[in-house]
Amino acid sequence: MLLSGLEQLNNMLHPSFMVQEKDKIPRIETTPPPANLWTKGLAVEDIPLEIHDLTVAYHHKPVLYGIDLAVPPGKLIGIIGPNGAGKSTLIKAIMGLLPTDSGWVKIFGKNNRKNLKRVGYVPQRESVDWDFPVSVMDVVLMGRYGKLGLFKRPGKEDRDIASACLEKVKMMPYADRQIANLSGGQQQRVFLARALAQESDLYFMDEPFAGVDAATESSIIGLLHELRQKGKTILVVHHDLPTARNYFDMLVLLNMRLVDFGPTEEVFTYEKLQKTYGGRLTILSEVAEAVRQNKG
Amino acid sequence: MSEMIPALDWQAIFVAPWTTDFSIYGWIFLMGFLVCAACGLAGNYLILRRMALVGDAISHSVLPGLAIAFLAANAWTNRQASGEGIDLAVEPSGHGISYGFAIFMGALIAGVLTTLMIEIIHTRTRIKQDAAIGITFSTLFAFGVVLISVYADKVDLDADCVLHGEIAFVSIQPFFTIGAYQLAPSPVIRMGCVTFLTLGLMVVFYKELLVSSFDPGLASSMGINATFVHYALMCWLSVIVVSAFEAVGAILVIAMLILPGATASMLTTRFPIVLVLSLLHAAASSVLGLHLAIWLNSSTAGCMVVAGAGIFCVAWVFSPSQGILQNWLKRRRNSKRLTGGEIGTETVGES
Ligand SMILES: Nc1ncnc2c1ncn2[C@@H]1O[C@H](COP(=O)(O)OP(=O)(O)OP(=O)(O)O)[C@@H](O)[C@H]1O
Ligand SMILES: [Mg+2]
Repeated sequence: MLLSGLEQLNNMLHPSFMVQEKDKIPRIETTPPPANLWTKGLAVEDIPLEIHDLTVAYHHKPVLYGIDLAVPPGKLIGIIGPNGAGKSTLIKAIMGLLPTDSGWVKIFGKNNRKNLKRVGYVPQRESVDWDFPVSVMDVVLMGRYGKLGLFKRPGKEDRDIASACLEKVKMMPYADRQIANLSGGQQQRVFLARALAQESDLYFMDEPFAGVDAATESSIIGLLHELRQKGKTILVVHHDLPTARNYFDMLVLLNMRLVDFGPTEEVFTYEKLQKTYGGRLTILSEVAEAVRQNKG
Repeated sequence: MSEMIPALDWQAIFVAPWTTDFSIYGWIFLMGFLVCAACGLAGNYLILRRMALVGDAISHSVLPGLAIAFLAANAWTNRQASGEGIDLAVEPSGHGISYGFAIFMGALIAGVLTTLMIEIIHTRTRIKQDAAIGITFSTLFAFGVVLISVYADKVDLDADCVLHGEIAFVSIQPFFTIGAYQLAPSPVIRMGCVTFLTLGLMVVFYKELLVSSFDPGLASSMGINATFVHYALMCWLSVIVVSAFEAVGAILVIAMLILPGATASMLTTRFPIVLVLSLLHAAASSVLGLHLAIWLNSSTAGCMVVAGAGIFCVAWVFSPSQGILQNWLKRRRNSKRLTGGEIGTETVGES
């Protein structure tokens, strides 16, 4: 019941639908909390991610407006919002993959482009060519490249780390497979192993659970909790609202602007989600149900 | 029928090139190998990046570059005053280093411009990359044709000649000499440098090239500028294409950008092995093509491409993963197993 409702939600928020709606609906009025609310008292170099007035446009119209955000360390954070809200764009902009129109991004107190070595990245699965002639092991080893200098090849230590990461996502039996011969969920796990091999302090994951079965999803969540225990900060784009409430310590609500950012209990409210999803949430009593559970 | 296929004279076709006529065919083989190897190595990355046609585009659109450089060099040295025409395609190095250099630079700039134009069209508009390639190279090629016909009296540059240089003339090119010692024909030396540099760059920047081809996002998170790598690769591709087809013509260059890599990917799924196999393919198609050309008394470059394509077909038949033979065997085995009542009982997932 819950699932079918969410499927409906997904259908409702299909991009083509969004485009028409967005032009009619007045811009969402948001009053997000002051950016430094959750990072007060921290030294700049301890703040994993700080964004000030970030605006990004692909052609003329911005898809992200004036985002202000400061993320505290050691948290597992969900980024939620409808299709086309700019979630992937936000991550790409932070990763320096897109030119920005205004604002800045700092990673551990330094300009984002200068400090990307401390960042691990799991892109949306469709963003790479899976026919590429490399094995699962090769892909995970790529995660180690950042730690190696120019000219250096991954050594035994790197292989050991890569194997351990594959083991963690239960993909070790597939280490020598060509990546084309994997199922979608297995490909996702390979990406995750690669991110683990990066041994970063800050992670961005774009829909790591897309096409992953329930058992794998919960084992991945276990892994993410483990990472958080080690003090890492993880930002995850996630589409499933009911599970979002259980998985994440904090939530970023995004719809072209930052709607809100805060601890899940405070942010996961009917009113705020409605703001994020532009009013269409009312139809979905299932989500209302989830919100009620959140309060109780 | 017997007149259509020349007799297969073992001595003349297979032995003589490596013995009595080695001073001619040795250079032709070496040149063929150097071109095929450089193109094949660089081509692997084009295939991976789904830009197989960029090489094709570059080789066509250098024409206006050649024409402009030619006009500029002409004006510079003012040879026109003496009424002396210069036949670039037949004797490119016969007019001193400055001419050769100007023309090389012209072609190189045109090559880089091509890749820039393709990139700008396809990132700034909704036009896809393949269409952007089509627009760019046909426009530049046409521009080159217009230039040449307008200045026909000043540019003795035959479009056909530029695109179909002949590798067989390599051994009669002026030799590069060190002191009194005649080392090798200068085109071979030049191509040798390009090929070894290609190999060297690919070994040194193996990681960077691999990761920025596979996942630009990951690459930039490692501080590798994927856009820079892209343009560097395209510039180097222009260098290879331009230096190769001055001597051997466009047919060999365009074909050998793709054939070695495509053949290698039939046989393995490991990228380092793909690189090695594409070198082997380059060597094999040069040898076979050379013999084929002697036998048929035909275009050497053409025969090398035909040989390369032949090797590709053989690889296709015998490929362990996607081969015709392998598929047939697999289907036969499976149908036997099913009729034999063996029904799969395995499942996936951890218990
Ligand atoms: N390469 C691009 N060129 C132009 N516009 C783009 C491009 N990529 C995304 N957009 C637009 O930017 C907006 C935000 O896209 P983005 O991919 O960030 O959304 P998202 O929140 O990740 O959505 P989803 O949930 O579907 O993944 C959308 O309106 C989309 O149409
Ligand atoms: Mg997205």
